[in-house]
Amino acid sequence: MITLTVNGAPRRLTPDTTVAGLLGSLGLDPRLVVVEHNRQILRDRTAYHSIGLNGGDVVEIVHFVGGG
Amino acid sequence: MGVDVETTLDLAPLVIGGREFRSRLMVGTGKYASNAHMLSAIHASGAEVVTVAVRRVDLSRASEEGMLHHLDPEQFFLLANTAGCYTSDEAIRYAHLARAAGFNEWVKLEVIGDQETLLPDTAGLLEATRILADEGFKVMAYTNDDLITALRLEDAGAVAVMPLASPIGSGLGMINPYAIRTIKHRVGVPVIVDAGVGTASDACIVMEQGVDGILMNTGIAAASDPVRMAAAMRQAVEAGRLAYLAGRMPRREVAVPSSPVAGMLDT
Repeated sequence: MITLTVNGAPRRLTPDTTVAGLLGSLGLDPRLVVVEHNRQILRDRTAYHSIGLNGGDVVEIVHFVGGG
Repeated sequence: MGVDVETTLDLAPLVIGGREFRSRLMVGTGKYASNAHMLSAIHASGAEVVTVAVRRVDLSRASEEGMLHHLDPEQFFLLANTAGCYTSDEAIRYAHLARAAGFNEWVKLEVIGDQETLLPDTAGLLEATRILADEGFKVMAYTNDDLITALRLEDAGAVAVMPLASPIGSGLGMINPYAIRTIKHRVGVPVIVDAGVGTASDACIVMEQGVDGILMNTGIAAASDPVRMAAAMRQAVEAGRLAYLAGRMPRREVAVPSSPVAGMLDT
């Protein structure tokens, strides 16, 4: 297992997890969120399947919420 | 020859950054008791531009909290804000995240300078405006009611300047109509008053200054009945716009009779 920081909290994942896999395990629809991987915003959602995650990576998953 | 009433009352669309908007009222989506209240209020407001914030997904809770579960991006123009950002770097990061959502390259740019008043950090705001405008963003810049800052924001490439009526969430109405009018007279890009409107009369008075539109959130969301208040705001914005276009009568400190003085009996 590897340990990443996802939205500020440690999360243990299997070593071969991709961004798509992470979103899937969290039950998140990729079309409704934006992912930042080690401060790099992933603008191309089609690449989620090919981007692997490594131990120590920092992932931020954001979405739109109510605001003014 | 009569005046064509329909043509006279037809309000021209608001054009910002080359895009036409039919409503001059823009609304936020924060602070509602429920998403159902929010949606009904937005419908009642007639707004086309709807603001949203960018935040972490709460991984311990249901993902249905996201606005995209409730707002159809085909129906509304989603304008992401950078609320809560205190530096230009932070605001730029949030703008980039919002753009990656894939709807548009617009941002309601906020760089806040103080936690208690939520007044803008104008130096950081100018810097972020310049950088984001250079990157192709359509920046609508939330600012104070200072003319010089508004002029600098326009120079920096903002597609609209958004001076406050009064502090965010205060509901105090427009504190300085002179400053708002001065900004409108001097700035070429649209002026959208953002923040501080507490009730319909506030909105009407803001629009009577000749500004191009209003963005509000708390004034509707924190009303006892947000749907009624949203409808009232819609009418107030239209009324204020029409009154501005109509041109108000001059103020006089003495009475002037409306009915003829001549023709009274026993004279």
